[in-house]
Amino acid sequence: MATKTRTVEVELSTTGLDAQGRPQRVPLATDEAGNLVPLTPAPAVEPELEGEHMLINIGPQHPATHGVLRLVLELDGETVVRCVPHIGYLHCGFEKIGEYRQYNQIIPWTDREDYLNSPGNNVAFALGAERLFGVEITERCKVLRVIAMELSRLISHCVWLGTFCIDIGAFTPFLWIFQQRERVYTMLESWIGARLTTTLTRVGGMGADIPDGWTEDLANFVRTFPKVLEECSTMLTKNAIWVGRTVGLGAMSAEEAVNYGLSGPMLRASGVAYDVRKDFPYLDYETYDFDVPVGQTGDVYDRYLVRMEEMRQSIRILEQALKRLPDGPVNVDDHRLILPPKSKATSDMESMIHHFKQVMEGPRPPIGEAYVAVESPKGEKGYYMVSDGTSKPVRWRIRPPSFVNLSAIPKMVEGHLLSDVIAINASIDIVMGEIDR
Amino acid sequence: MSESFLPVLAGHAEGTEVAAPSTPRNIPYRDGTPNPSAEALRARFGEAVQRVDVVWDETTVFVDRARVAEIVQWLHDDPSQRYDYLSDVTAVEYRDVDRPIEVVWHLRSLPYRRFLRLKTLLYKGQPLVVPSVWAIYKSADWMERECYDMFGIRFDGHPDLRRILMWEQYKEGFPLRKDFPLRGRFSRSEQLRQILALNPEAKYSMEELSVLDAFDELSLEQRQRLRAGEKVGE
Repeated sequence: MATKTRTVEVELSTTGLDAQGRPQRVPLATDEAGNLVPLTPAPAVEPELEGEHMLINIGPQHPATHGVLRLVLELDGETVVRCVPHIGYLHCGFEKIGEYRQYNQIIPWTDREDYLNSPGNNVAFALGAERLFGVEITERCKVLRVIAMELSRLISHCVWLGTFCIDIGAFTPFLWIFQQRERVYTMLESWIGARLTTTLTRVGGMGADIPDGWTEDLANFVRTFPKVLEECSTMLTKNAIWVGRTVGLGAMSAEEAVNYGLSGPMLRASGVAYDVRKDFPYLDYETYDFDVPVGQTGDVYDRYLVRMEEMRQSIRILEQALKRLPDGPVNVDDHRLILPPKSKATSDMESMIHHFKQVMEGPRPPIGEAYVAVESPKGEKGYYMVSDGTSKPVRWRIRPPSFVNLSAIPKMVEGHLLSDVIAINASIDIVMGEIDR
Repeated sequence: MSESFLPVLAGHAEGTEVAAPSTPRNIPYRDGTPNPSAEALRARFGEAVQRVDVVWDETTVFVDRARVAEIVQWLHDDPSQRYDYLSDVTAVEYRDVDRPIEVVWHLRSLPYRRFLRLKTLLYKGQPLVVPSVWAIYKSADWMERECYDMFGIRFDGHPDLRRILMWEQYKEGFPLRKDFPLRGRFSRSEQLRQILALNPEAKYSMEELSVLDAFDELSLEQRQRLRAGEKVGE
């Protein structure tokens, strides 16, 4: 059956809405009878050029690759026939360096891998190390960590939304959403003193308790952020250009998505409601009331909707965390893990010994191993640590969600147009620091 | 939930007889309950399951290296197991030089909410080869490549096993092995010289080069390798 491919002009002329006011899912190709069919390459306009393929190199120095990703594409006209990604330009050997560091000294390295999600990585690493040490953290610490993780999800999704808009050609939401992101960074700065590389947690507690008045700042943010989010959503969700540029692109079925190991919004957009917070909970996430949004078709547009909804759900979690934030100590009462006050180190023998042992030697976990996964903004982020009883891990492994998500990009882009590669790549939400480590 | 969308599900295990999970507390060090899949594996594969270990409530099953692919295939397909999600493939080398290298697979069963760690031992002095699980999980593609790149472990059956994080001409060895020094094997000046000599954007893998019509301009050796169907780069 003959198929015809929609052109960009056709997409722009649609209103992008169906009769119920929902965004239309416009297929990339329809046959003569108007039925939806999978996209096939258009017949060559110039027959003598048919079969001649072109090799095109995107990156590693290209703003739309979100870092130093290099894609080598084989093109038939404008259609991608094959895509070979190359990574590793940012490889720093974090895992190797971790084998030479004590557990608390590794936490600054976790800032630098997925640098849009530093507080979340810090919490994830601390959770893993605490399982290895067999430590139970305090109730206040748990709630503070939930707040850190959800704020971190918000800032990561803000960057994703802003850069995704720019890749597709919309500049305004980028400015709106980055102002909000800046507010979160200011809050983090007043909490821990750093903006991007927070090093927020320690094994057994937090680097610092929140300062006075911080909860009011957060309550203010939680109250006002949804308004900006809805403005962005109004601007994009039913926008004809937006719908035309995103619907039907890079679709993955639920089975494929699970088999390719996708996680996070990428997996949920394909209709699989796997969320580590619900399925393998940590930090008492099962006691918070929030929903897991799932998409239907797994295309770029669904990933956009899922991430937008996740931001709204994060706000819900933050509201509940603010209500239940208990008083009490932040750090565990165990001076083998948490330093006693510095003032005591010169007057109290016991404290001086703890200071000496912790600084010179570091806390030692028992022999064993632990794999702890959390729901990072990109997906399932796991830290696997193996201890041989010394103060430094034998092996520290990061399970990088964007690495695995990116590995499916050849499958997602093949058959699409060159310009759609940019949109699909942006929808994966990659951070090269995490991929190359 | 905004009205523009969507069905909302509580979690993936909806529909199966699995209790709602909760945050683990006071995790026992050694005497946790093993994952029921470990017993099922013992019953099904007998000798191929060498040891079952429970540390911090996570179950590790040591299996025979030759039968890894078969065991993983069974875990993936059997309706009572359904380990449909491969979280991670990696390896561990211990500081004790006599201890074998362990290859580790982290599997998840999303329908049953189970987590299982499979391990197999690779003794030093023998070839570091394990079966690939790429045919079962496509997610193993890059993770096995990374494991090969970092440890030199070959995954038998992987379609395109080449370096992924280090560049293809990298000559210093396998960085995460314990005999690899933290600063690398070569001197700083030699490392710098090699890096500057790289021109990453001008390097294409053989697979990529095969589409170019400048075939005749390639060196004789490259042409022969391409004709032989080679996909791995220089």
